[in-house]
Amino acid sequence: MERPVKKDFKRPTHINDYPVGPQYEAGHLAETNASWRSVRPVVDNDKCINCLICYMVCPDGTIMKTDGKISVDYDYCKGCGVCAHECPKDAIAMVKEEL
Amino acid sequence: MTNDTVLKIPRITPKNMTEKEFFYGHKACAGCGGSVAVRLALKVLGERTYTALPAGCMAAVGFIFPQMAFNTNALITTFPGVASMASGIAAGAKALGQKDFKTVCFAGDGGTADIGLQALSGMIDRDDDVLYICYDNEAYMNTGIQKSGLTPYGTLTTTTPAGKNIHGTKTNKKNLFEIIAAHDIKYAATASIGYPQDYINKVNKAKHIKGATFIHVYASCPTGWGTPTNTSIEIAREAVDCGLIFLAEYQNGDYKLNKNPKEFKSVKEYLTKQGRFKHMTDADIEQVIAYRDMKWERMRRNWNS
Amino acid sequence: MENLKTNKIFISGDEAVAHGVRLSRPHVIAAYPITPQTITVERLSEMVENGELDSDYMHVESEHSALSAAMGASSVGARTFTATSSQGLLYMVEAMHYASGGRYPIVMMNANRSVALPWSIYGDQRDSLSQLDSGWIQVYVEDAQEALDMMIQAYKIAEHAKVLTPMMVNLDGFILTHTYEMVEIPDQAMVDKFLPVFETPNKMCFENPKNMAFSSQPDDNTEFKYQQNQAMFDAIEVIEQTEKEFGELFGRNYQSMVEEINCDDADAVLVTLGSITGTVRVVMEQLRARGLKVGILKIRYMRPFPEKEIMALSHKIKAIGVIDKDISFGYEGTIFTNVNSALAKSNASIFKKNFIGGLGGRDITKAEIEKMYHDLLAGITSNNQKTVEFFNLKVETND
Repeated sequence: MERPVKKDFKRPTHINDYPVGPQYEAGHLAETNASWRSVRPVVDNDKCINCLICYMVCPDGTIMKTDGKISVDYDYCKGCGVCAHECPKDAIAMVKEEL
Repeated sequence: MTNDTVLKIPRITPKNMTEKEFFYGHKACAGCGGSVAVRLALKVLGERTYTALPAGCMAAVGFIFPQMAFNTNALITTFPGVASMASGIAAGAKALGQKDFKTVCFAGDGGTADIGLQALSGMIDRDDDVLYICYDNEAYMNTGIQKSGLTPYGTLTTTTPAGKNIHGTKTNKKNLFEIIAAHDIKYAATASIGYPQDYINKVNKAKHIKGATFIHVYASCPTGWGTPTNTSIEIAREAVDCGLIFLAEYQNGDYKLNKNPKEFKSVKEYLTKQGRFKHMTDADIEQVIAYRDMKWERMRRNWNS
Repeated sequence: MENLKTNKIFISGDEAVAHGVRLSRPHVIAAYPITPQTITVERLSEMVENGELDSDYMHVESEHSALSAAMGASSVGARTFTATSSQGLLYMVEAMHYASGGRYPIVMMNANRSVALPWSIYGDQRDSLSQLDSGWIQVYVEDAQEALDMMIQAYKIAEHAKVLTPMMVNLDGFILTHTYEMVEIPDQAMVDKFLPVFETPNKMCFENPKNMAFSSQPDDNTEFKYQQNQAMFDAIEVIEQTEKEFGELFGRNYQSMVEEINCDDADAVLVTLGSITGTVRVVMEQLRARGLKVGILKIRYMRPFPEKEIMALSHKIKAIGVIDKDISFGYEGTIFTNVNSALAKSNASIFKKNFIGGLGGRDITKAEIEKMYHDLLAGITSNNQKTVEFFNLKVETND
């Protein structure tokens, strides 16, 4: 997957554990956004024509097009529903998350 | 000159664009239009990019230690100084002998048309090699929806309440695109996340122009606009279709309308869908339409010669 | 000693700064003109034009942008310079806190000038002294030679890995900026030896991409501020070391955080900052010739503050006076506040007095300085004077 993934982050316990001033590794993710979601996009790959509109308009970049097939990074999808709303083939359903 | 070179630029589409994400894991609201603008531009610009963002939504949601959502070099700048700090990055990197890189700014409507306008003017005046992208969600959203210089007539914000005496914002949007073009900038464009391929094309064009370039991209804000999170793209498309937002370019001294429809879709429909315009009377809406028509008459008369 | 080839020329303080900057080879210069700083940026522009200096000179549209541009350049690891004064310094205040918090080792020259209103282009030190809390290292120089030398030292101090903090070199407006003196221009090869190319891991680059200048939650913010404070304290050792190295290489020594002049056997000492030291030296020598035991403590650095030196001095002397070309309205002079805090920590019970004057460019005369020394000596035996006094008002007041 060519996108950042959550990394283990150990909270500093000594002052020297902090970076010198506010500068840190680009793309360092200490947490996911999955808990924001009340509904999740589910792709019906049979209906999908791979037009990639959903891929283009996802505000969080969580739709992946690898291997000619749409999939979703549920660690970072916030469930906004833009993908489902824009899909010309109604190939994405927003399904309620089980709590 | 550039027209020929621009033709040779390989087109970037969702099919061939990099699978890498450079704005990822951020804390923007669900359905945020600004993050679509940032994300797509960074995918077009690629890895060798320095990104500068002033205080504002995209800065606030992108860099909260230890969550670093920019997967390339990026920093937050002073609110009025995004253009000058980006100019400094471009100058510093060039002075250090770096080649084949781009510096980009992402600033909101307030950060651009209000507090950052002076520095932006300086950046264009010096023709620094920076692409400045203004994502316009028509108010100061990060501080909780206050009126900016790009808030349109009638808008309800927390500093332009809509009541019996005043119906929200009393002024029109500043003509930001024309203000920028008046500098004789090498390339300026307007865009909307509702037309993402057009936006991608314009970022790609700007990427290949050395010197100062500017894109004003219309970017919805479900939180501030009172719209469902899933209609962020649709509403930004409708803004263009009803003629309140126009798609245009300025290059080599010429203005060009990219979309010049014979008929506009309903302004009223566009407005009444949004919480921020719900209070508007028919007379208010008539005024919005009259202002739109005046602007289009002027653009058609002066731009598409 | 072929290496010690020197070259003395007759130049103003502003020009001395320009030469110091040229010798330090900044990659990027971003500045906005303001009297009495302008000659510095004019000379630097000329040096860029004629090829003496290989820098990108950015014509920014304001001081806020000058410092913002410098921060941008610094964030990718470039050496940067900016210069300002008075209203311009205050216009960049947001960026000053930003630069120190961001740990950008920018060097800035400030021509000390009065702050409006009323308007005045002439000197006092209210501009920079109002910014002691902005997190910048602040040094004040006495003459044009020191101005040039401190530009070169400033880069070495600010860029030190333990410091990484911006540094402001202050020159009194007109008195120093526009006065011509003989100044020795160091040899470029020697400066290069003293001040190597700036290298830092704390920068954005494509080999090791960074997110910089980020937000921190209450959980982490205090630690970043602690670290910044520690860097300022660590700067003291770096300043002392840099001073020593500079002295060995160039043969000029400024005694680091402070310069003590005839303090060892002194009863009364006047604390000075900047160019006034020169006049006080003359008066002090005259009084010494008459047998009065008087001395001078020239403060060079206001941040970090020479607390240790002042505490040590307090046990040797009987009276101390502080000349402030500054007033914190409703209280006292800022230098006095700082000196007095150090004195309180040393538990020394000596006579103290704050002399406020020289505001908006008013001359401070030898007669006035002589009176200060007499006040201090008189205060040792009978303490019936006001602690804070405007010493050169030209009218009667209602007090």
